[in-house]
Amino acid sequence: MSILVDEKSRVIVQGITGRDGAFHASQMLAYGTKIVGGVTPGKGGQRTGEGVPIFNTMAEAVSATGADTSVVYVPAAFATDAICEAADAGAKLVVCITEGVPVLDMVRVLPYLRERGARLIGPNCPGIISPGKCKVGIMPGAIHMRGSVGVVSRSGTLTYEVVHHLTLSDLGQSSCLGIGGDPIVGTNILDALELFAADDETEVVVLIGEIGGSDEEEAAAMIANGYPKKVAAFIAGQTAPPGKRMGHAGAIVTGGTGTAAEKIAAFRAAGVDVAAIPGEIVDLVRRLMPSSKAAPPAGKGKRRAK
Amino acid sequence: MKIHEVDARAIFAKYGVPIPPSRLVLSAEEARAAAAEIGCPVVVKAQVLVGGRGKAGGVKLAATPEECATKAKAILGMDIKGITVEKVLVARAVDIAKEFYVGMVIDRRSRKPLMMVSPAGGIDIEEVARTTPEKIIKVIIDPIFGILPFQMRLMTSTLSDDKEIAKSVGAILASLYKAFMALDASLAEINPLVVTPAGEVWAIDAKINIDDSGLYRHADVAALRDESSEDRGEVEAREAGLSFVKLDGTIGCIVNGAGLAMATMDMIKHFGGEPANFLDIGGSSSPDKVLSAMRIILRDANVKTILINIFGGITRCDDVATGLIEAKKQLGLDIPLVVRLTGTNEERARKILEGTTLIPAATMEEGVKRAIEAANR
Repeated sequence: MSILVDEKSRVIVQGITGRDGAFHASQMLAYGTKIVGGVTPGKGGQRTGEGVPIFNTMAEAVSATGADTSVVYVPAAFATDAICEAADAGAKLVVCITEGVPVLDMVRVLPYLRERGARLIGPNCPGIISPGKCKVGIMPGAIHMRGSVGVVSRSGTLTYEVVHHLTLSDLGQSSCLGIGGDPIVGTNILDALELFAADDETEVVVLIGEIGGSDEEEAAAMIANGYPKKVAAFIAGQTAPPGKRMGHAGAIVTGGTGTAAEKIAAFRAAGVDVAAIPGEIVDLVRRLMPSSKAAPPAGKGKRRAK
Repeated sequence: MKIHEVDARAIFAKYGVPIPPSRLVLSAEEARAAAAEIGCPVVVKAQVLVGGRGKAGGVKLAATPEECATKAKAILGMDIKGITVEKVLVARAVDIAKEFYVGMVIDRRSRKPLMMVSPAGGIDIEEVARTTPEKIIKVIIDPIFGILPFQMRLMTSTLSDDKEIAKSVGAILASLYKAFMALDASLAEINPLVVTPAGEVWAIDAKINIDDSGLYRHADVAALRDESSEDRGEVEAREAGLSFVKLDGTIGCIVNGAGLAMATMDMIKHFGGEPANFLDIGGSSSPDKVLSAMRIILRDANVKTILINIFGGITRCDDVATGLIEAKKQLGLDIPLVVRLTGTNEERARKILEGTTLIPAATMEEGVKRAIEAANR
């Protein structure tokens, strides 16, 4: 099944004529994502090099294409507006790649989207990929492989590092969700765990956390209360000094809380194995896989006839 | 972004918070003149962007302009947590009968603004939070309404039974909320908010941190940045579009991605090495970014080797390899450079590095181990 995006997702690229939007739209198309349109105000009526129609507004784009998903590659000063425009136009999933969106904007965006029945992923995230089906974001498709490991991560390239290890060991992925590095995100770790819990294709969940906030601790509490899938984790930032922002706006230990040590302890107490280094995730996942399975069903990124 | 107390006080004053008059001074003589102008007693306060100024001796009372000059002389030039005091604030002192804590943050769990008040304010508020947290009232505020009257009543009644004082405090809380929301703050704090024996309410300290992502829409506040208290490398990194945090080890790191950069530091420690820094080079590893990164790291005399850990998606490994060789030449680099490049064009990158003195690594683990080895030689 995978979560949130699959071969049926119809995707609009907001900011499709910008440098990042154009590049990643091509990459997503090459992966097999159904990009049905793009939006850049003022460029409506044109088409991209691959023939994707460009619209002036999300409302026009959704009306013309029946799109249900949007991905935002728009500068930080305009991203909030783009997210709201997408939800207002009827997109049910909005993926915001942009970094630098003000936190107060996120406080306002989340209820706005909820009222419109839309889900936000991000901001400041690499996006989501369901290998072999659909890629909505900037992750390198080639390192992914279809399978039954669900990945949720606050990181970008660290996610790729872990996924790379998994794929090399024939442990394919159902969906890889990058929730982003900001302090307030549209879909958090708990949301991701709920989505994976309901996904038949996912058997084991890999959770990649980092310092800052209490998402991981809350996830550990949820798992301790009873969670239907096996979980393995890796937490980045054990060597991060307190009070310093480590790149991501949300990666900061404040008032003594949100340390990697606390998060690791919370997971261990909930019975979740925590890898010491990213490569160790492979051993943990292998141990957690149902013993009836030697390897997951599909090859690298190939679609399977149902 | 942090701003100095003097600037936070000015902002709060603009929003109607009662702040005692003050002057910012750079010398003992100026301090004496300020005290004479404002009227004694005054308090002399170091203006540095770290907490614990009082406990470090950076906040002193003075009864006369002469004493103010003496106190200012002692505090100016003082080292507080690694920062040299260059400016002090001379402010009218008030008699303190009660000290409250009032503050506001964005709460990550509820994803809403959160206001906190406590009748046990003052320098030991962290102790209060730790040992008697029930003395801190937390109120989640919905931006659709701002502080609702029932929430205001809860907070003010927690702080005072006196109707007049409660009213004054209420007005201050409303101002705090307004300022916070208007300026994209991530933290706004008055500790202590004091009540004098005569029943007057004054904010005698002020702290405001601004959300870095909000700065683009507050040019006036962004201009208040004081880089002198920041590590030079961190300042340069920000200007170059990189993220950098200095540590004190021997292995410099250049990584693409904050999570991967943290994991790299952690892995170095895990295998027995000591990371010298955190450095996230971001999405596109252009040659000038690599050069800037190397320059910043090389300023640290402790660095014995540099580990480049790149997992390239869009990032082209061959471009990074070429950039590295160029940087090495330009900087006259003589310490070992360990390079792990995985991703687009990694084969081409490997060919480019063949025959150079750069040490290749096929995996992150191999890169970390080789870097530790090189640093220990």
